[in-house]
Amino acid sequence: MSDVIVLAEHFDSEVKKVTLELVTAARSLGSPVVLWLGAGCTDSVVETMGSFGASQVLVADSDAVRNHPVAPGAEIVAELIGSMSPAAVLVASSADGKEIAARAAIKSGSGIITDAVEIAADGTVTQSVFGGSTIVHSKVTHGTPIITVRPNAIPATQAPTTATKTDITPAVSEAAQKVTITNRAVVEKGARPELAEAEIVVSGGRGVGGAEGFGVIEQLADSLNGAVGASRAATDAGWYPHQFQVGQTGKTVSPQLYIANGISGAIQHRAGMQTSKVVVVVNKDPEAPIFELADYGVVGDLFSVVPQLTQEISSRK
Amino acid sequence: MKIAVCVKQVPDTWAEKKLRSDDSRLDREAADGVLNELDEYAVEQALQITEALGGEVVIVTMGPERAAETLRKAISMGADAGIHLVDDHLAGSDAIATSAALAKALEGRGFDLILFGSESTDARMSVIPAMIAERLDLPQVTFAQKVDVSGTTLTAERVTDYGYDVLTTELPAVVSVVEKINEPRYPSFKGIMAAKKKPVETLTVGDLGLEASVVGAAAAWSAVADFAARPPKAAGVVVTDEGNGGTKIAEYLTSQKFI
Ligand SMILES: Cc1cc2nc3c(=O)[nH]c(=O)nc-3n(C[C@H](O)[C@H](O)[C@H](O)COP(=O)(O)OP(=O)(O)OC[C@H]3O[C@@H](n4cnc5c(N)ncnc54)[C@H](O)[C@@H]3O)c2cc1C
Ligand SMILES: Cc1cc2nc3c(=O)[nH]c(=O)nc-3n(C[C@H](O)[C@H](O)[C@H](O)COP(=O)(O)OP(=O)(O)OC[C@H]3O[C@@H](n4cnc5c(N)ncnc54)[C@H](O)[C@@H]3O)c2cc1C
Repeated sequence: MSDVIVLAEHFDSEVKKVTLELVTAARSLGSPVVLWLGAGCTDSVVETMGSFGASQVLVADSDAVRNHPVAPGAEIVAELIGSMSPAAVLVASSADGKEIAARAAIKSGSGIITDAVEIAADGTVTQSVFGGSTIVHSKVTHGTPIITVRPNAIPATQAPTTATKTDITPAVSEAAQKVTITNRAVVEKGARPELAEAEIVVSGGRGVGGAEGFGVIEQLADSLNGAVGASRAATDAGWYPHQFQVGQTGKTVSPQLYIANGISGAIQHRAGMQTSKVVVVVNKDPEAPIFELADYGVVGDLFSVVPQLTQEISSRK
Repeated sequence: MKIAVCVKQVPDTWAEKKLRSDDSRLDREAADGVLNELDEYAVEQALQITEALGGEVVIVTMGPERAAETLRKAISMGADAGIHLVDDHLAGSDAIATSAALAKALEGRGFDLILFGSESTDARMSVIPAMIAERLDLPQVTFAQKVDVSGTTLTAERVTDYGYDVLTTELPAVVSVVEKINEPRYPSFKGIMAAKKKPVETLTVGDLGLEASVVGAAAAWSAVADFAARPPKAAGVVVTDEGNGGTKIAEYLTSQKFI
């Protein structure tokens, strides 16, 4: 069976859920081989990869990989494509993931497809484009298929095996080290699930009225074990950190449930949440375009509807 | 400072976007073409840099005949010149071919900075800047929310999932910007009039020194097999809050097994 390279998405030793989704998707194409760039690949990480069906974990960790963005990773991926002739390379649709995929595609003479939501055993990729209104099936026809996969699209399932861990010491060229990371600003993440990975997202917009107003949004999110999101109007006003912006220029989310509170539904906001499975809306304006997406909507003041909802959820648990 | 800004013509943000049934390509006739709104931030950044340090801003686009309007629109913000890659052989290019053509057009012109938006609003791949950096062997500083140029050193903040990274490199470099970086100006009347007289160079595949066989649909390294409109969602239920709106949602969530 051919190998399928899976580029692990992680933050130090914290494995992003999408990595397990990638390993799951890779199983239908061949034998998943995880490539781990940088630090943090502990034994328990290797074990987790094995439990989702990875046969090997290749660790590429060096100063070159840690201190320079994108280019070193692309070089290593391209080198492995050359030496392993994998059936495909699967990467997360994150900023780094897409760019590593893009450069590795050029280096290896391969086609690239981004934002897959499904991958069939014959390599046919399903994309959901134009805000989810159109479903496209496509295939890479040249080189090694390089496919970036949207988080939360392919459910991760276990397929226990034992993964071996191999340190590969990649030589990274000078050319790939032209950009240096001199500082890393990390925003406190908190205890809530990660926005892009969450099954449930509760968002607030300009209607929340201020930073304090996000208290009711957070309480609702916590009652559902969900993540908190925000519209750009709310992040730009400084009511909630930018990392939580949902939309064209924020995060793209596709949770099982998205609850939009005090958000009008601008096209740029929709671009980031339109593929959510179930959408619930609370907005006091019955004409707000966000209602077009609603599976269930309440026209009303979020400051009375949302706390009541939180209370109901807590009492029903 | 000589700066190139790559801009793309995309269907109007609010228009319904469709693929054509005969060749699965974006139906660009079905909607007005506009300047990709994220590229406005790249043009603004270029203008701010040349206003501070002196220099020239050249707008570069690849697209059909009518993309010329978009090129003029970007120039009217205050740029100095334009380059338009226009050739029927380019139609249907994938990202690989698009980057090949753009790289050829940018190469050897002495640009200190090549600026991009962070993604197009139609295909949304976010790959072209990285591909250009790869092809031209230039440092890549993408998803920048802040850019400073001092001498030949570029410092920027790259937005990440967890916050941002501070990056430094030496010019020349490829940079893509996110919308947090600035507030794009509206073209002034003077700018619009002046843009009509700014030089625009049009380039064909032949001018670029590329074989027609390496660009366009036939050369694409990925192919669309088929596509379909997603069946429209069944209309949802919308109720007016009469003091029990929260309870009603809770009932709905229970029926959907979220609670
Ligand atoms: C729905 C859809 C899905 C597609 N999927 C794929 C796919 O999976 N694989 C593939 O190889 N191709 C795909 N394509 C083709 C791809 O859109 C084009 O090749 C496109 O030119 C590059 O991708 P992008 O628009 O996403 O650019 P991005 O990488 O998102 O654009 C980033 C920046 O690059 C610059 N830029 C982009 N295009 C141009 C241009 N023509 N002229 C000047 N500057 C430009 C702009 O500054 C822009 O902000 C798809 C097209 C559509 C419509
Ligand atoms: C280049 C570009 C990129 C962008 N990217 C993004 C992006 O990534 N994400 C994003 O979200 N936006 C983005 N935007 C901005 C987008 O166009 C909208 O401006 C923004 O989404 C509006 O946010 P909002 O819905 O919270 O605010 P508004 O449009 O002001 O809507 C507020 C809503 O709250 C309702 N409301 C007010 N008070 C209450 C109350 N007490 N109870 C219930 N409802 C109430 C109102 O009826 C209204 O519908 C972008 C714009 C541009 C130009």
